[in-house]
Amino acid sequence: MVDIRIPIGLMFTILGVLITLFGLFTKSDAGMYEVSLGINVNIIMGVIMLIFGLIMLWFSRKKKK
Amino acid sequence: MKVDLSWIDYLIMVIYFIFVLGIGWFLRKFMKNANAFLEAGRSIPAWVAGLAFVSTNLGALEVMGMTGSGMKYGMLTTHFYWVGAIPAMIFLALFMMPFYYGSRARSVPEFLKLRYDEKTRGLNAILFAVMTVLASGISMYALAILMENVLGWNFNLSLWISALIVLGYTYLGGLSSAIYNEVLQFFIIVIGLLPLVFLSLTDIGGWSGLKESLAPIAEARGYAPDTLTTTWRYSGNPGSNPLGVEWFGILFGLGFVLSFGYWCTNFLIVQRAFAAESKAAARKVPLIGGLPKMFIPFLIIVPGIIALALFSDPSSGFTLPLDASGKPIYDYTIISLLKYYLPSGVLGLGITALLASFMSGMAGNVSAFNTVWTYDIYQSYIRPRTADEEADGKHYLKVGRLSTLAGILLSIASAYIASKFGNIMDFLQTIFSMINAPLFAVIFLGMFWKRTTGHAAFTGLLAGFLMALLHHGLTIPEGATTLFKGGWIATLHTYPVEMAQNFWTAIIAFAVSSSVTVGLTFATRQQKSDEELSGLVYSLTPRELSDSHLPWYERPAGLAILVGVICIILTIMFW
Repeated sequence: MVDIRIPIGLMFTILGVLITLFGLFTKSDAGMYEVSLGINVNIIMGVIMLIFGLIMLWFSRKKKK
Repeated sequence: MKVDLSWIDYLIMVIYFIFVLGIGWFLRKFMKNANAFLEAGRSIPAWVAGLAFVSTNLGALEVMGMTGSGMKYGMLTTHFYWVGAIPAMIFLALFMMPFYYGSRARSVPEFLKLRYDEKTRGLNAILFAVMTVLASGISMYALAILMENVLGWNFNLSLWISALIVLGYTYLGGLSSAIYNEVLQFFIIVIGLLPLVFLSLTDIGGWSGLKESLAPIAEARGYAPDTLTTTWRYSGNPGSNPLGVEWFGILFGLGFVLSFGYWCTNFLIVQRAFAAESKAAARKVPLIGGLPKMFIPFLIIVPGIIALALFSDPSSGFTLPLDASGKPIYDYTIISLLKYYLPSGVLGLGITALLASFMSGMAGNVSAFNTVWTYDIYQSYIRPRTADEEADGKHYLKVGRLSTLAGILLSIASAYIASKFGNIMDFLQTIFSMINAPLFAVIFLGMFWKRTTGHAAFTGLLAGFLMALLHHGLTIPEGATTLFKGGWIATLHTYPVEMAQNFWTAIIAFAVSSSVTVGLTFATRQQKSDEELSGLVYSLTPRELSDSHLPWYERPAGLAILVGVICIILTIMFW
């Protein structure tokens, strides 16, 4: 009926790119990352989500062939 | 206590909303008859149904409640997972699913009708319909009030918007849409809460740092220093752990009666496995769900325990809102932690995770409600099937859609009732929790003892429920201030904590209903012939073909051993 990996993959790829970019733009804002112990969690989570999204998309393509 | 969100946080939420509604929109064209809408055409792959199975249980009340319980009871909260869920999930997969799925029943009440009789089905269907609407109303209220107090969102607005989004995708795509979205929501919940786990553990100095910070807190309460970071070690007597229950109560009350009652008979959960594409897939569903289920404590309970360490250390600056009597409101633990640790960006993701958990729970309730209403109430008592199957399929599809709408509107109404009369809603929930234990007794006896009769089952259900009610009316937890907590007849016994009272209520309900059912079975005559019971009862069902040619991970028994072994390892690690 539907391969749920496609919407999941798409959503996480979009969110991953968005959050990574946001993390890069706010990199110099030390005050903002004070709450997260000085760690730029946006870049870390953004990249994790992007990788997860791409893996989901890759699996859904692989299955079709 | 307010937190400001920036544009990026709202943007993340909006993207999530677009995707959940988009999935519903895409699926709408497949909804040609009631079977597709209410049963997902029995076509869902095992891994999808398995993730939906845990996701629908991971509702807003579960996430908020378990993080709060982590703060209250520490690591002992994991009993709700490793002893209070996994064994029941394994049992459901191996021993009950073959009869549930094989019966071709479309709902748990319908199974009762096939195995027993009409009155048993009617009783269960009506109680279940009321219970699901109430439960989704209560979680809607809990979420909206949280969003109002912490994010400053308008209560009515967030309640209606979240309800309308769930309505949107369940109305369009029915059970399939609910299930596929639950998988998406599962990943959003896990990934959205991940940064919180990572940051809070780093902050506290890892597991050993957490143990050190909690030791003085446990000692100050009169427990051994490692009470809050262990599970079974101090369960020898109820006074030596914050749960207030000893090992027997945990093992039998939570691990057997409450957990088997919930996981093996609650249609909202079991429906995910009913939708699987084959009997073999249906048996794997609870096991595939069990794998992530075991690790959810690290996602929601561990941050709650860390919150306790932060809360007890005034220099941390971590606070929780207090109730009228000055005690922290534990339901706010998760959102307070999100606010404490996460900067804009991942903060929006964390809040989206909370919204996703709310939606997965609510869609589960609504998609179970519309099925029970359409098949077990409307089709049975209002408009029975006709000879024209195709026209019927269209008619019941329309009814299914309308009951989805009605289910959401009734949930909204019950959310408003909860906002006015919170105590009454808590009380109703306590009462409904008394239905599950007798239901498990009756379904279990029905599946494994062919003699069990309909009259006995019906009486057993009622008797178990009434005795549980009586027990609740005669006992109170210590420090209870309202009659809603118990003792509304007289006070014969006082439990140290509410949890202990709940466990014992369930144990009594189960004991009474099983003994009444067994006793009356001997006194009444079986109305069903052996042919009618074939496929529904263990001894009357032909043996399945062996699946030993499959690799172990394709076989339910192989998966069950895997899940069981990991669960035992976790239990020993955190003993």
